[in-house]
Amino acid sequence: MTATSASADLALPRNPKHGSMSRDRAWALRWSYVFLILFVIFFLLPPVYMLITSLKTSQEISAATNPWWVFRPTLDNYIELLSSPMYLTFFRNSALVSVFVVIITMLIAIPAAFALSRMKFWGSATLATGVFLTYLIPDTLLFLPLFKMFAIFNELTGIQLINKWYVLLIVYPTLTVPFCTWIMIGYFASIPKELDEAALIDGASYFQTLTKIFVPVALPGIIAATIFAFTVSWAQFLYPLAFTTSTDQLVLPVGIITTLIKGDVFNWGQIMTGALLGAAPPLIIYAFLMDYYIAGLTAGATKG
Amino acid sequence: MVDATLRSPAIPAVASPRKAKSSLRRAMGRKSTIAFLMALPLILLITVLVLYPALYSLYLATLNKGMTRFVGFGNFQFLFKRETFWMVVQQSCIFAITAVIFKAIIGFIIAHLVHNIPDKGQRKWRGMLLVPWVIPPAMSCLAWLWLFDPSYSAFNWLLSFINVGPIPWTGDAYWARFSVILVNVWIGSPFFMIMYLAALKSVPEQLYEAAAIDGANWWQRMWYVTLPMMRNIIAITALFSLIVTFANFDIVQILTDGGPIDKTHVFATWAFRVGIRSVDIPQGAAVSLFMVPILAVAAVIILRDITKRGNEA
Repeated sequence: MTATSASADLALPRNPKHGSMSRDRAWALRWSYVFLILFVIFFLLPPVYMLITSLKTSQEISAATNPWWVFRPTLDNYIELLSSPMYLTFFRNSALVSVFVVIITMLIAIPAAFALSRMKFWGSATLATGVFLTYLIPDTLLFLPLFKMFAIFNELTGIQLINKWYVLLIVYPTLTVPFCTWIMIGYFASIPKELDEAALIDGASYFQTLTKIFVPVALPGIIAATIFAFTVSWAQFLYPLAFTTSTDQLVLPVGIITTLIKGDVFNWGQIMTGALLGAAPPLIIYAFLMDYYIAGLTAGATKG
Repeated sequence: MVDATLRSPAIPAVASPRKAKSSLRRAMGRKSTIAFLMALPLILLITVLVLYPALYSLYLATLNKGMTRFVGFGNFQFLFKRETFWMVVQQSCIFAITAVIFKAIIGFIIAHLVHNIPDKGQRKWRGMLLVPWVIPPAMSCLAWLWLFDPSYSAFNWLLSFINVGPIPWTGDAYWARFSVILVNVWIGSPFFMIMYLAALKSVPEQLYEAAAIDGANWWQRMWYVTLPMMRNIIAITALFSLIVTFANFDIVQILTDGGPIDKTHVFATWAFRVGIRSVDIPQGAAVSLFMVPILAVAAVIILRDITKRGNEA
């Protein structure tokens, strides 16, 4: 009883007089928690199961005992993967691609967003809308023509792009730049005009206005855009699957799927370990920068 | 002529209107050139790597398999005659529409649950509930694939205690369709939850107080206050998600690879199968082009909303 009234008071400090109403609310609160717990179980089940399986030996996995419990926990899968040069190559490729794509994206998106939000030029309004529409064109529509274009490019110039990890540096910006530009336009537009007018009057060039005023003030937006660009490049699956095949050129998601699954033999302990380690960087970023992550997520549809 | 010597392009607004006229124009000219140069990388990227390939795929779709001969609508005619194609059309629509509806409903429910509990704890719950969205889909699909494993399925192990199953999660056509939708809902609902939660928080508290004073019950408050206030966000989020879900590739590719017997193929995976695996790029391009109509419709609706909001602001 005391617990009920305590939680009710906690939830409703506003109207303590109406006993029946706060009791209703207390019940609503309790049911909310029950359903939230059920949803959290459903949502966290796969990652938790990844962790459980990653701690098992293959003997234990094939023994068909309780799959939800680890009887003899072991870190063998982790040790084996982290000392396998192949897996480390995947990880390195993924890290290189993601970091470079973030840099390229920011170098393109920030000046463009500045130009589109502050300096009008012929067709700039159309371009701003066009940027947004580009974001709606999916990778699944573009991968075949891009594949053919790179093949023709190879014939014309002799530079091979297909089956090299750096081909991804060319295609990933098509996924990241439009959205990042779009949310940066939103952030830049919210900066008061007086601020950059004052800078211009003081004799600052446009470049200085951008780097000294806009970038520091819109830093939360830039962090949100950076997180977005990183997670998108880290998670992308279709482009690397279509454009790269040699084991030393693969990025993590494709690498795990094409090399750890050998024929029909699934080494699930290792696959789950690899998947968990592959999911770790975005999860760690998310754990520390959740608010920026969510700001970037909601900016796309609420800004504009 | 006088103002030609006036070198004050940066502060056109403070000069007297008569004299400033041409220097203003010059300043604007310079400003727009700089602006154009700053946006040039973006314009090039969009033109060369998005617009051109999009149009190029139209052209590719009219070539024969060896890409040596123009065949007009031959690829499309061939597709229309294939039973698999119609199956893919059907499955893509079922997959996208069902998944979006369930994502919206579940996201809406969870947003309300999170909104119900004291503000202090919301951050923690929201943090846990967004995890499926944060994990790269390819990685979480592997976990699902393992949960669905035909012989070691952890779900079937649990279900065996209540004498259900074993369920052929990815082996039977209907269950496989169910499974890919389930995984899509699992990945996508957190996004809806976050968007709807943001919308719920933007509804002014006074509206609920006014409704409560007028004696509105829970259902009436929901129907006459919450839903109208959230209408825009609900529609936009659903449209966004419809586009992304319709073009989804990862889930079906990893979970079922289109099987059993092509029953779960969607446009994206079938285009990949035809275009890359069977090295028939024109045919694959023709398949992927069928995603365009629905994307175009959604884009027009979203665009209308954006321009409308732009005018209001």
